[in-house]
Order: sequence, then structure tokens, then C-alpha cells
Amino acid sequence: MASQTPLIFFLVFVAITLIITYWAARRSSGASAYFAANRRITAWQNGVAVAGDYMSAASFLGIAGMIAFSGYDGFMYSVGFLVAYLAVLLIVAEPLRNTGKYTMADVLAFRLSPRPVRAMASLSTLTVSTFYMIAQMVGAGVLVSSLLKGAGISYGVAVSGVGVLMIVYVVFGGMLATTWVQIIKAILLILGTCFLSILVLAHFHFDLGEFFKAVGHVTYTDKVTKLPVTKDFLNPGLKYKPPYGALDLMSLGLALVFGTAGLPHILIRFYTVPDAKTARISVVWAMVIIGLFYIMTTFLGFGAATIVGPDFITAHGGTNMSAPLLAKSLGGDIFFAFISSIAFATILAVVAGLTISASSSFAHDFYTNVIHHGRERKPGEEVFVARITAFVVGAISIALAIVLGPGANVAFLVGLAFAVAASANLPVVVLSIFWKRFNTSGAVIGLATGLISSLLLIAISPSIMGIDAPTVASTARHLIQQKPLFPLENPGILSIPLGFLGAVIGSLLTREPSAEARFAELQVRANTGLGAEKAGAH
Amino acid sequence: MVSPEPMDPTPCVASPTDIAPAGSTGPKPAHEHIAGEDLTDVDWDKLAARDDFRGLLKRKAAFIVPASIFFIIFYFALPALVGYAKPLMIKRVGPVNIAYLFALSQFFMAWIVAALYVRAANIFDRDAKSILDHIPRK
Repeated sequence: MASQTPLIFFLVFVAITLIITYWAARRSSGASAYFAANRRITAWQNGVAVAGDYMSAASFLGIAGMIAFSGYDGFMYSVGFLVAYLAVLLIVAEPLRNTGKYTMADVLAFRLSPRPVRAMASLSTLTVSTFYMIAQMVGAGVLVSSLLKGAGISYGVAVSGVGVLMIVYVVFGGMLATTWVQIIKAILLILGTCFLSILVLAHFHFDLGEFFKAVGHVTYTDKVTKLPVTKDFLNPGLKYKPPYGALDLMSLGLALVFGTAGLPHILIRFYTVPDAKTARISVVWAMVIIGLFYIMTTFLGFGAATIVGPDFITAHGGTNMSAPLLAKSLGGDIFFAFISSIAFATILAVVAGLTISASSSFAHDFYTNVIHHGRERKPGEEVFVARITAFVVGAISIALAIVLGPGANVAFLVGLAFAVAASANLPVVVLSIFWKRFNTSGAVIGLATGLISSLLLIAISPSIMGIDAPTVASTARHLIQQKPLFPLENPGILSIPLGFLGAVIGSLLTREPSAEARFAELQVRANTGLGAEKAGAH
Repeated sequence: MVSPEPMDPTPCVASPTDIAPAGSTGPKPAHEHIAGEDLTDVDWDKLAARDDFRGLLKRKAAFIVPASIFFIIFYFALPALVGYAKPLMIKRVGPVNIAYLFALSQFFMAWIVAALYVRAANIFDRDAKSILDHIPRK
């Protein structure tokens, strides 16, 4: 019976979300409703949805695990994830809302030649979304199959189940259903995290001194020497070691801070609100929720390290299971089931958000605007294409996640998504809003250099290249058995400047009088909201 | 809810189809314009060159540029100090160390900068609204 409890919780969540999807499908008709929830989402709703999109399985399970195993260095991720929203708030959110319609590329296409720019932007959006999504799907498969072993659910069945549900949400419910699934999941996640944090503190008799004292003496078995060691988990340097540790941390910080403002599935959320002011307030809502959540990751991660212990976690499912195992040891099987089903809900909601961003970009940017010059041949064609794309994107990621298998390195896929977003998307979005001289060749070259340099640098980084000892299991081996050519795991420190450089040099190579002439209009629209997309009627 | 053409099923506001059929020569409904297709009579250059608009841009930049530089320096001081000044960062302060307190301070820094921006932006909104009271037409 105990092994069935997570399944029951999970089925309840699925039932609720399917009801929402049915409700949304009846209400939504037309492109603005499908892609942007009719622009009628309120500030707090959008804030919670943005926070939900961001608090993915990688954050909830990954960061808790990272802190449980690397202590302070894992907490550095939490910090970067929140500070990143200042870049979204101060630089990107409002101009984007004021000048665009459905996708990130709308802002670029505003004064540049639409077809090449949209084609490139769509390519980078699809790249970011696909990497991010495969990471989530692999995570889902591992989690579901290890939790529901008793219920007879394998990795392949789990991945397919998540994939099919996500396709149903997106194809039938559009942005409205996706947003509400996200809101419900975010609230559940915050409640679960709060409750778990309180249990951790209760374990230490609500004495922070006692808690941090325990964090100062965590004992675990060293991987190489196989001997027990005791480390202070509050001290930096457990993961990022000299000589390149500090540079790697900076590079990671760059990718997080500038990547968030270039993540397509976050950016399109600002089109679902009525105006720029609401977009701004919603970022602040998101920052409050995300900040509280990431501060609580301290209790989750350090709690797992001190109460459960890294050795026990390694023996019972590995780093990603830190938070669920902590729940089990503090709250028993029912709480374990609850936290695990929140983790499924998280994955499900995030993949739905990613799918809709990928499918809107393909339908709106590539199909309608690149292939058909911005004209629909039949009414409703764009939405129809988006629905088909959602189906195809979903099917492809199910297939890829099954082919890659449960051993795929999930953290590196997410890192890749952030690096591409920061190096390809952000430079061109910022330059098109703030630099008059920016033009089409700058955008295309900038997007291409950012995309290629981040992909290439990751391919030659220690994530892919490395020489493993013969004892290492085949699933954990590096893809290329050679000394890494690039010493850092995170390419941002090099690829972000390259993205900017490509965009600037590309612009300086040519002149585009029409792009410069429309800069005045862009400035007025971005800063006053004149002519911005309005909310639809009920 | 009047259709501009007899054969065009798209009503003007919040229609269920939302997008005009290809080949429609009538005016598109307002919500369907992509940027630049509507407001064709606005004299953007004149509006962009006006003193009140330049003033708004200047006041916005006067907040956003220093705020961005501040948060970027404050944030990157963390990995830099953690990486290159470890002895200082692992000094104990009460139950925790300087590194943890500095990391925690980043959260409050982010919230404070965001709050200050929202306060400043309310004034920008008011200025933008008064600028739009007089839109120059071609």
C-alpha cells in the first residue's frame, strides 16, 4: 500500500489539471487566447506562474541535492537564480511587453528585417527549450520510476506518461491551461517546501545555532579514498576547487544572471498580462516567491546533509532524491509521497511551459512569418500549426529522453539551456532595444555566434570530455574520453562576450537605414506603451 | 461589432477567430496589428525628439543604469570573494560565516533594488501618461 500512495497523490493532481485544461479549452479560441491567455492574467497570477516556470525539477530536486552534497557551493546557484530577476525587471520585461505580441522574436522583428531574424531566433528558442525539456523529462523518468517501482512503472512508461499529459495541456488548453497548471503547482511546491523547512528546524529544536553547528560537521565517505571524512558544509570550495573554481563560479553566475532574461518560456509570460505595469509588478511577485523558496533550499539541502547524510542518499537513489528522502525521514511515508508528487507536478508544469514556448515560436515566427510572410492563409492557421508543433515537440522529447536513458547528465543540459539563452538571446534583445545602430546582420550574426560558441564550448568542456578510470560505470562515463580542451564547466564567461561581439561587429559591417529610422518609434513604444497589445474581451 | 467587408467574418473587437483571412483588404481589427501596422499617423520622430520624452528617458536611465551596475558588481563580488578571498569568507560570525551572510544579503539586495525600482517606475508611468496626452500626428 505504501508504494501506491505517491501514485494516488499524483493521480489527484493530474485529475485537477485535466479539469483545468477542459475549462481552458472551452474558453480559449483565437490566437491571442491560445498564445497569450488573452492577456488577462493578473499580476500575482503571472508572478506565481513565472516563479513556477523557474522552480523546475532542476531547482527543487537538483539544488537541494547540490547543497546536500556540495554545501555552500550549491547555495551559490540559489543566489544567482534570484539576482537574475533584477536583469529581467530592470532591462527586459517592460520593453518586451510594450513592443511584442507573442514571442521574443517579435521585439527583434520590430525594426529589423523579419524573416532572417525570426528564423534565427526561432532556432535558438527551439534549441533552448529542447535542451531544457529533455533535462526535465529525464529527471521525471528517473524520479517516477524509482518512486513507483512498487506500482510497476518503468522509466519508459514514466517518460511517456509525463509527455502525453504535457501534450494534452498544451494542445487543448493553450497558454491559459499552462498558466493555471503552473500556478497550482507553484503554490503546492511553496507549501511543501515551507512545511519541510519547518520540520528540519523542529528537528534541531528551532535552534539555528544547533542547526548550523551540525552543518559545520557533516561526515561522509570520500568517493576516491573510500574513507569517512568530516567537512564544514558552510564553507565554500567543496565543488568548485582551484585552479579554475573561482572562474567557473563567475562563469556560472554570468550564465544565470544573463540567461534568465533570455529564456523564452519565461519571457513569453509577460505577454499574458494586460500591460507593462502589470508585467513589472508580476516580476516583483515572482522575486518574492523565488527568493523565499531559494532561501528555504538552505534548510532542505543542509537538512538532507545533516539529518539524512550524503552516504544514505547515494545508496538510495542519488543526489536528486535528497529532498524526498529528507521528507521520508522527517515526515514518514505519507509526507514522502506528498513531496514526491509535488516533484512530478513540478516537472509536468515546467515541460508544459517549455512546450508552449517552443510551439508558439515555431508557429508564429517560423511558419507564419518566415514561410508565409506574416499572413495567415486561413483563419486560425497559426494556432492550428502551434498545436501540431506542440504535439511533435512533445513526441520528439519523449523519444530523445528514452533514447538518452536515465543515465543522462541532467544538470549539464540545463546549464546548456542557460548558456545558450545568455549568449544568443540576451545580447540581441538588449541591443535591439537600446542601440540605434543595431541591424539585421548584427542580430543574425549575434544569435549565430552566441548559439554556436556556447554549444561548442560545452562540447569541449569537462562536462563532455574527460578521462574516466576503468572502474567508472558505463552510464556515468564522459562522452569523449580525452582531456577537456576548455577548463570550465560553464561557458558563459567566454560565450556571452562573444555573443555581444558578434552582434556588434555584424551591425557595424552593414548599414540599414530603415532599422535606424524606426528606432525612434521603438523607443517611444517601449517607454510609453503607446500601441502595445491590449487585453482581449471576455 | 461591424465587419469591414461583406466577406470578412472577422468582427472588429475580440472576435473568436482573432485573425483576418488572407487577402482581406479591409482594416484589420485593432488587436491583430503587429507593431508598426497600426498608429500609422503618429509622428514618432517628433514625439521621440520632444523634451518631455527625452527627459523621461534621461530619468529612467538615471535610475536603471546605476541600479544595474550596482547589482552586477554586488552580485559578482560574491563568487570573486568566495574564490579569491576564502580565508576572509570562512571567518565565523555567530553560528554562521561571512560567506553565508554575504550570500543571504544578496536576497535582500535584490528585493530592495526591486522595491526601489517599482517606486521609481510609478513616477515614470505618470510621466509617460502625460506625454501621451499630446500625440503629434503626421
